[in-house]
Amino acid sequence: MNSKNSSKPKYIGVIGVGSFGAAIANILAAKNPVMVYARKQEVVEEINTNHTAQGKVLSENVIASNDPEQLAKSCDVLFFMVSSSGFQDVVRTFSPFLFPYHLIIHGTKGLCLNLKTGETLDTVKRIKRSQILTMSEVILQETVAVRVGCLAGPNLSKELAQGQPAATVIASKYNEVILEGQSLLRSEKFQVYGNSDIIGVEISGVLKNIIAIASGALAGLGLGENAKGLLISRGMVEMIHLGNALGGSIKSVMGLAGIGDLVATCNSSHSRNFSVGYRLAKGERLETIVSDMDEVAEGINTVRIVKAFLETADLRAPITENLYRVLFEDLEIEEALQFLMKYPFNVDVDFV
Amino acid sequence: MEEKYIKHKYEPIHPSKDEWPVVKLARERKEFVKKVADLSEDRILNLTGNNPDILKEELETTLYREKLRIKQNPWVVDPDDDGSFWSGVKSSLVQISTETARSKVKRFQEYKSVLNSITSRYAEEIASNFKATHYKFTRSVVTYGFSRLLNAARVKGFKSIFSNQYTLQDKIQITGETDQLRDLATKGTVVMVPTHFSNLDSILIGWVISVLGLPPFIYGAGLNLFNISIFAYFMNSLGAYKVDRRKKNLMYLETLKTYSKEAIQFGCHSLFFPGGTRSRSGMIESKLKLGLLSTAIEAQRANFQNGINDISGKVFIVPVTINYHFVLEAPSLIRDHLSITGQERYYRENDEFSNSYKISKFLIKFFTKGSDISVSVGRAMDVLGNYVDVDGRSLDKNGRVINTRDYFISGGEVSVDNQREEEYTNMLGKRIVEEFHKINRVFNSHLVAFVAFELIKRQNRKLDLFDLLRLPEEEISISYEEFKGNCQIVLDKINQLKTQGLINTAPHLSLDMEEVINRGIENVGMYHAKRPIIQDKNGDIGTEDMSLLYFYHNRLTGYELEKLF
Repeated sequence: MNSKNSSKPKYIGVIGVGSFGAAIANILAAKNPVMVYARKQEVVEEINTNHTAQGKVLSENVIASNDPEQLAKSCDVLFFMVSSSGFQDVVRTFSPFLFPYHLIIHGTKGLCLNLKTGETLDTVKRIKRSQILTMSEVILQETVAVRVGCLAGPNLSKELAQGQPAATVIASKYNEVILEGQSLLRSEKFQVYGNSDIIGVEISGVLKNIIAIASGALAGLGLGENAKGLLISRGMVEMIHLGNALGGSIKSVMGLAGIGDLVATCNSSHSRNFSVGYRLAKGERLETIVSDMDEVAEGINTVRIVKAFLETADLRAPITENLYRVLFEDLEIEEALQFLMKYPFNVDVDFV
Repeated sequence: MEEKYIKHKYEPIHPSKDEWPVVKLARERKEFVKKVADLSEDRILNLTGNNPDILKEELETTLYREKLRIKQNPWVVDPDDDGSFWSGVKSSLVQISTETARSKVKRFQEYKSVLNSITSRYAEEIASNFKATHYKFTRSVVTYGFSRLLNAARVKGFKSIFSNQYTLQDKIQITGETDQLRDLATKGTVVMVPTHFSNLDSILIGWVISVLGLPPFIYGAGLNLFNISIFAYFMNSLGAYKVDRRKKNLMYLETLKTYSKEAIQFGCHSLFFPGGTRSRSGMIESKLKLGLLSTAIEAQRANFQNGINDISGKVFIVPVTINYHFVLEAPSLIRDHLSITGQERYYRENDEFSNSYKISKFLIKFFTKGSDISVSVGRAMDVLGNYVDVDGRSLDKNGRVINTRDYFISGGEVSVDNQREEEYTNMLGKRIVEEFHKINRVFNSHLVAFVAFELIKRQNRKLDLFDLLRLPEEEISISYEEFKGNCQIVLDKINQLKTQGLINTAPHLSLDMEEVINRGIENVGMYHAKRPIIQDKNGDIGTEDMSLLYFYHNRLTGYELEKLF
């Protein structure tokens, strides 16, 4: 491993060129050469010849490859920006080429299941915390890299792509990962905060997707700002309790990755999770909505996993539970709303 | 016992004692102590940000605490000039701060020299007094004396005193990765981390190390043990350095860490009891004291920084579990544990090993009655908890060779990052606990104690732990059939875990269940005045001491076996 030479400038690796991946690649490219990984050969060629990825414009400082080994060799720092459904597979693809000197930061807001072979969520129904993996836990389990971080916060890709001001948080147990992430990403338009509670930050980013679906549903029902204020506040309480049960700290939910992202997502029609809720409320069926979205709405999968987790945790999460019934058990949204309005939530704040 | 163990005869890996790192260290003791003192000074200056005011504050805190210690908690081993030394420190500090005429730089210089006098004193106090001749003598006394006792007890007749039918290795079984340990000890530096249940562990491990043909390891032993002359002699000759748990000030702790780190870098094989102290509850340590462990990581990184990238600079972590049927101190340990967790009584240090007479009595009991001990040596790991292969190369989970140096690299070169190393220490601690559970060997006594306690708990579902322990012993009775059935269920589960490599068992567990139970009951806590498990006329199971039963039961916690009940 002594072949590592700092004389030639290293690339920064970005794995996945979805809308968020492309936006981050462009931010990184402002300071460093970037190498992105795309599985499909035609996407790689599109990037290398036209500097676009499926229509999204990429900086000229970005080159592409579909060879994981080349990426792992050319980059010390890698950003994994793939959807949670494909996350584990992609990490496994890279695993043979990763070494302990790699720093890995991911930007995926989802959960993964850690079940025995042959088991699925449908067969086990109840899951414990040890059967759930956050994305950083996937990386730690599948690879030899240990210096791992995550990127979360109110970062709607469309606004980032337009160069609007925004902030993000990098969470890691390692200060050096936070510092490295900050120095790579920070710019006049992009502020980067640090947090050492990586699990809390990841969980916040994951749970807010549930509330975002609910927020879309309220909007779809034509309800106003009072209802939204109610949802965001109760949603935050639910996130805090769930986050705590999943091993995160309350503080992280109050931060950029929790409340920050929650407000942004609940108000944005750009958000995929929001649109799922919106279209459900307009009377569309879940299957039709899912089938014509080109990128995954993470919230749907998260609702299923959290519902299964609630079966083993001594905890009530009324918004998640009712959303589950709306999504998978054909409960009418109006009925779910009725249920929530009658739910005895009489304590405003019970977590501090 | 009719169990068959292969008794290896291990040749010493370094036949000449001059090659022993610990002998080399003893030869250079003076220079080494000075080096430790100076490096500790640097570390403390670093920690105080080279700021004279913070340094002054630290010096004053240390002085205050030391004065308090001398007044409130003096020990026999304390040097006679303890009082005068600290009075000297006091007057120097007063002098420096009152004479305002001095320049700031001058004052800082003077504070530094006070600091150095303290670290020098500490380093001198910590450093071991290893003498190879004493070591050899102790080793032969232990081995010879033990085997005499053993043969006298087991083989009948007057001549038995001279019989060599039994040796210590019949009593103490050493299993596991002994060959790998021997091999790696010739190539790199080994840090052994055993579980800790009894004060006997230090001597036992010392003996194991010598039987395996390894040169002596250095290890930190509680200074309180040096209060007892017989222990002091053993400890010194086994290469122990002294750890004084009363001194919790920054300067002492930094000096101690520096000593450990420098000794590892010097190539001395070391031994830490990572639990820090004996397990009070009888459980396998689940939370480790990470202070000394971090020095192994630091030493490894320092070797990389110094360009020693081959195996000679590699530090190997070897977990070891020690399994007993009987822990002499069990009654007081569990009492301590309960009074800490229950907070009903104040915490009181209570040592059964309070004098040489008691120890001798125990040793005689131990050898005449027979209580087997097994020592399992785990697979060696690098300082990040990755297993290593025969050549000492680290392997990842998929068996790919990786370079430990990569963990310390930032921007292409090895860098010092204390926060990073703190996290690595946590990771290593977790890995060691995992390994402890894997190599832990279940004895029949552990099995019966576990099942008996869990059944009593099930009979009294509504009681919490403390009420359960306060149950009148006369009221406790479990029918033999129920007991036997449950022993089988638990043993089946243990065997299942064993096939997954998550636990290990002693061969005697493959006997017929009745036999296992009989021997288990006979063995569990065999010398206590009150027995943890008794059988009445009908064969039903009861106890004379619930707390002790709880202690021996705890050995099998951490495997989720209690879910079977």
